[in-house]
Amino acid sequence: MTGPDRSPLDLARGEAAVSVELQTPEMTLNIGPQHPSTHGVLRLVATVDGERVNKIEPVIGYMHRGYEKLVEVRTYTQITALVNRIDWISGFANEIPFIVAAERLMGVEPPERAQYIRVILSELSRISNHLVFLCSFPSELGAPTPLMYAMRERERVMDLIEGVTGGRFHPNFNRIGGVRPAAGGGAKQRTVSQDLPAGFITGTRRAMDAVRGVCDDLEGLVLGNEIVQQRTIGIGILPAARAVEYGVSGPNLRASGVAFDLRKVDDYLPYDRFDFDVIVGVHGDAYDRCRVRLEEIRQAARIVEQALDSLPAGPLQAKVPRVVKVPRGECYVRAENPKGEMGYHIVSGGGRRPYRVKIRSASFSNLSVLPWLLEGVLIPDIIAILGSLDFVLGDVDR
Amino acid sequence: MNVWLEILLKLVVAIVVVFVAAFVVMFAELKVSAHMQSRIGPYYCGGRWGWAHVIAEVFKWLQKEDLVPAAADGPVFRSAPMVSVLGMCAVVVVIPLSPTLVAADLDVGIFYALAAGAVSTVAILMAGWSSGNKFSLMGGLRAGAQLIAYELPLVLAVVGVVIQAGTMSMVGIVEAQTQPVFHLGSVGIPLPYVLQGQIVGFVIFMIAALAELVRIPFDMPVAESELVMGYLTEYTGIRFTMFLLAEYGGMVVMSAIASVLFLGGYYFPGLDVEWFGPFVLLGKALVLTFVIIWFRWTWPRFREDQLQSLAWRWLVPLALVNIAVTATLKVLL
Repeated sequence: MTGPDRSPLDLARGEAAVSVELQTPEMTLNIGPQHPSTHGVLRLVATVDGERVNKIEPVIGYMHRGYEKLVEVRTYTQITALVNRIDWISGFANEIPFIVAAERLMGVEPPERAQYIRVILSELSRISNHLVFLCSFPSELGAPTPLMYAMRERERVMDLIEGVTGGRFHPNFNRIGGVRPAAGGGAKQRTVSQDLPAGFITGTRRAMDAVRGVCDDLEGLVLGNEIVQQRTIGIGILPAARAVEYGVSGPNLRASGVAFDLRKVDDYLPYDRFDFDVIVGVHGDAYDRCRVRLEEIRQAARIVEQALDSLPAGPLQAKVPRVVKVPRGECYVRAENPKGEMGYHIVSGGGRRPYRVKIRSASFSNLSVLPWLLEGVLIPDIIAILGSLDFVLGDVDR
Repeated sequence: MNVWLEILLKLVVAIVVVFVAAFVVMFAELKVSAHMQSRIGPYYCGGRWGWAHVIAEVFKWLQKEDLVPAAADGPVFRSAPMVSVLGMCAVVVVIPLSPTLVAADLDVGIFYALAAGAVSTVAILMAGWSSGNKFSLMGGLRAGAQLIAYELPLVLAVVGVVIQAGTMSMVGIVEAQTQPVFHLGSVGIPLPYVLQGQIVGFVIFMIAALAELVRIPFDMPVAESELVMGYLTEYTGIRFTMFLLAEYGGMVVMSAIASVLFLGGYYFPGLDVEWFGPFVLLGKALVLTFVIIWFRWTWPRFREDQLQSLAWRWLVPLALVNIAVTATLKVLL
């Protein structure tokens, strides 16, 4: 005889009678997929005891668009238009590893000027991405004002990217063997935009000054704010060993104290010609992740200015056949994207289309550490930690 | 005058004052926040500065469908917004706009005001519990925890003023601040309590008032980035509007109470209290309201446990010290 079923509340009441500790029933809180702070459609199934999270399970895949399959049925020239949609906050940077991998398979070396322009635009998209982080992260902590300041200066950067490539989010600017804007604007656009637009260099210099200015502002407004420090220091600590185990990359890894930057390690673009520092954090908490990104904006501005100073003249496009055919073989190229390591493993069967492409996206690996990171935290800290990881669901699900 | 007519008149005046003030503050928040964020803000509705924007927005909300979720506890869900507005309106009756323009000059005026002001938290708890939504529930429970944290410092901060004035009547407290503190030649100089040593009490009162009003940095019960919209998540249309009116009306009311207690209320040197009193009080209240708006658009929010530790480890002991010092000085001087 067991008697009637007992609810968790009844059981808890019984236990409270015998033990001094107050027991409360657990509740399943479904955060997302539609939630203001999940950067799209991330779903977190949290088992909470009051405000405390006992267990959390991320559910991803709501934004799966099947890019790895899609690119198998498209030619290499068409694929650039697809891959810059993976992480739409930094569209240009997504194109780089793919196009470099294809070029390596074909044995094509893009001209110097094209490589420098790629560096400039990659760093501009890094600035743009980190400014988006610096506007979304404080607003998730409850401060809506830094959003407007960061967005205002980001708009200058977006204008520059648009001026060169014709697109704000999806530049589609890289070609095999160089860079070239899409000829969407008719004959006039084609002749005008063969190179960098007039005033780009002075405009970029001015924008870099403005970006540095807003970095100083945000350093005081966000990082210097007492409440932000209380909310982020010591929250979501990711030790270096744990970060490496999970394959965390980019600013999140560097915030944990690992000085690993593919711009220094690999040679997908001529970063070795520029002088910049790898920003490293100490504690690996949410505050360090925010500070590393802020400093990286300054370093990116340094790279852009050096690239503008030494921008070589010459063509933008190497000689490639009209119909791009990639010889048989495979190649993996990774790049230091704003969100971390992004890589494309291309397997070519020797035709106009790749046989198979595996996309290694930064956000997916960065997010895999989430269940470990969020165990035992408070509900407000979930949001602070999520925001500090800086991910995009398109980059997670692909 | 007929007693019922008088009650009706006072009720109408109180409600009109609160709602007009709420409208003004809502508009101020839209414009002030816009300028703080390098935006323009409302622009098109109405002639200049988009002044009619708030009115248009309230009418927009009024036309929205009034939804009651299937899982909600209907009667509680429906009555929560009314309790919220009532709690705020009930405070208005004891706020003296001038020595005579006060709906009810109670002997325990400030005591009544604080007690009635706390009713709005009950409304939040009701809304959170009855919505049948886990996010609402979390918001309601946070509001309950917050009530315990800030209500004590709020009351303790007021005790200093009550000791100094020797009365709990709101008019009496203002009158005590009009008495000259010292003489400059033959001219008596009166000082508001904030300049008579109650600065600590004033700061504690404003911090606790922010928590009572559920404003940033203590807006954890709403916390739109964590709890979607907290206890407001399931509310639509007119009921949502009522919560909003209560929030903005509450800002004016709390600011007015703070002005009465610490800033001299309707009294301003050289101005006739009978004629200019209401404007002086509203002016002071609006300055404090601006400060509340300023905080909102400058700071992020605390965590619930951080509010608790702030309240219990700093505000309550500080307020107790303030009371002890005030009482000692009152006896000695």
